Amino acid sequence: MNKRIKQQIAFWVLRIMSSLVVLFLVLILGFIITKGIGVISWKFLTTMPENGMTEGGIYPAIVGTFCLVGGSMLFAFPIGVMSGIFIHEYAPNGFFKRFVQLMTNNLAGVPSIVFGLFGMSLFVNKLHFGDSILAGSLTLGLLVLPVVIRVTEEALKSVSDSFRLASYGLGANKLQTIWRVVLPIATPNIITGLILSIGRVSGETAPILFTVAAYYLPKLPTSIYDQVMALPYHLYVLSTSGTDIKASRDMAYGTALVLVMIVLLANLLANALRKYLGKKVKMN
Amino acid sequence: MKKILSYLFNRFITILLYISGSITSIIVILIVIFLFSEGSGLFGKKPTEEGSIMAVNKTNKVKHLNAEQIKLIFDGEITNWKTVGGKNDSIILFRMDNITDYYTEEQIGENFENLPKCISQVVDSMPGIIALVNKKYIAKDFAGKELKIDKITVTDFLFGKLWFPTAQPVAVMGALPLLLGTFWVSIFAILFALPLGLATAIYMAEVAHPTVRNILKPVIELLAGIPSVVYGFFGLIVVVPLIQSVFNLPVGETAFAGSIVLGIMALPTIITISEDAIRTTPRSMKEASLALGATQWQTIFRVIIPYSSSGITAGAILGIGRAIGETMAVLMVTGNAAVIPHSLLQPVRTIPATIAAELGETSQGGLHYQALFTLGCILFLITLIVNLAVEFISRKRKRVEA
Repeated sequence: MNKRIKQQIAFWVLRIMSSLVVLFLVLILGFIITKGIGVISWKFLTTMPENGMTEGGIYPAIVGTFCLVGGSMLFAFPIGVMSGIFIHEYAPNGFFKRFVQLMTNNLAGVPSIVFGLFGMSLFVNKLHFGDSILAGSLTLGLLVLPVVIRVTEEALKSVSDSFRLASYGLGANKLQTIWRVVLPIATPNIITGLILSIGRVSGETAPILFTVAAYYLPKLPTSIYDQVMALPYHLYVLSTSGTDIKASRDMAYGTALVLVMIVLLANLLANALRKYLGKKVKMN
Repeated sequence: MKKILSYLFNRFITILLYISGSITSIIVILIVIFLFSEGSGLFGKKPTEEGSIMAVNKTNKVKHLNAEQIKLIFDGEITNWKTVGGKNDSIILFRMDNITDYYTEEQIGENFENLPKCISQVVDSMPGIIALVNKKYIAKDFAGKELKIDKITVTDFLFGKLWFPTAQPVAVMGALPLLLGTFWVSIFAILFALPLGLATAIYMAEVAHPTVRNILKPVIELLAGIPSVVYGFFGLIVVVPLIQSVFNLPVGETAFAGSIVLGIMALPTIITISEDAIRTTPRSMKEASLALGATQWQTIFRVIIPYSSSGITAGAILGIGRAIGETMAVLMVTGNAAVIPHSLLQPVRTIPATIAAELGETSQGGLHYQALFTLGCILFLITLIVNLAVEFISRKRKRVEA
């Protein structure tokens, strides 16, 4: 067979397989959006679930998820950024740096259910936080920590060394250089990563199963020691173990759509930011 | 003074950075400590409830049984002592409630004062009996003998074929069905995802027009971003009924459904890592191949893929790691039957799904709780090995490149 024809065939196979991947996404998103769009209304987003979770809204789950996202970011963001700065700017090249990077990679690979087990045994049982926002946020925070660290590292890597050298040349010390020169340039990229990790946190179910999530709790939390409902767990409950699975199907579609929307928005925002910043850097 | 203050401030910040730098290592170590300390108590314990013992007739040659055998005996699946190494005699089950079959309430006494004697007589009179008796009703001059129950060992746990952690009278904890279920689902997920992922990675890196690439890139990011519970929901409502009707099965929640959903979920990992690997192929190598008259496809197939094979392997291994640890989606679509899988069209149960489904019902520090933490340890070790393997491969590659 002619090698050009062979190439044509091979390329078409590649094209078909790649479009299959796109097709998967279109199918999943299309399915959830078309089924869920009719359910979403202002009332759905702002009222309590009623009638055995077959009617009403998902307000407490939305609030719960916001609490968990906020709490975990409050914990993971400062520590993660500092850790990233340490790895990229401070740590001397050698065994310790390699070890820290290896451990960060390992932590990133730990399954989310193991984080759930760990969070339960440390925060819920050992430290007596009970099933609470505090325990859940900390568990989720540990989960995204490696993500934040990696994002920070990448952002710092993209800052050209000439900036650092210029700053040193003007007599600034290391901390001043990082604080006044490197971080301002890297901040937009770090924020992009932060937005993506918010998307990640809001969808995680396994870590919150045993640390915070409530099956049905139609009131808002008043302190960090309260249990809350959360969107992903609510979707799980509605689709597998609700009081009446058939009747709550519509609620499940709506919840799934809200979850997907959060992720979609996070991605769009991050991409837009990336594009905008990319242009800005080029103009300089 | 100002100088000293700023020096101290600098030191303080540096120390703070060092501490946060080592936090991931500390967390990994903490995870190891907590998981293992909660789970390790399992081994060496008896799988029975506190306070009850198994008794047999004095003439019975069988000295000890393991949890699995007892479970089968009490389920009526083993009916002869010969099966468990005794003499040829049928097994007679005896529980505390059965005492009324042999004695009247008057004989037992109003406050069960004669109960120990009655039990002793029953056990003595029947050579084939196995009795589950509360310890406090064992008389001092008990005529039978206590049957020893094997303690839970690592081998029993890893290779035991039955998983009935809440069974009575003994909990049977053999994790083999769960281990096999996990591997079964993950391997088929990768078999399905690897060709697709690799093709997409090659297409994106070498063939696609930049505009097409700019469409594909966010598609893959979105696929990676969709929460696993949404994948599970989609699988439950679309994939499961589809499989049920296509293969004409009684239930659609099967290993196959799990593999498909997991495969889609593993795609982004495989694609991103393989694409990165393919991109690192030096331009000079590609151009040399093209200059020798090879077509672009020949260059891809004979030069680029072999060159980036270690990176592609890393992607595949990482994809398997992700699939093994995935919880919610699998929990929702695989049917959760803890049996050793024989075909893809059968319900299976994976390790993460077991933990997620059962941990809520356990009491802290109990046998079942410890068993689930031990499963967590196994899961952690598997993913650790996966990560270290990937690290090893990519480090080797860097050395080759240098």
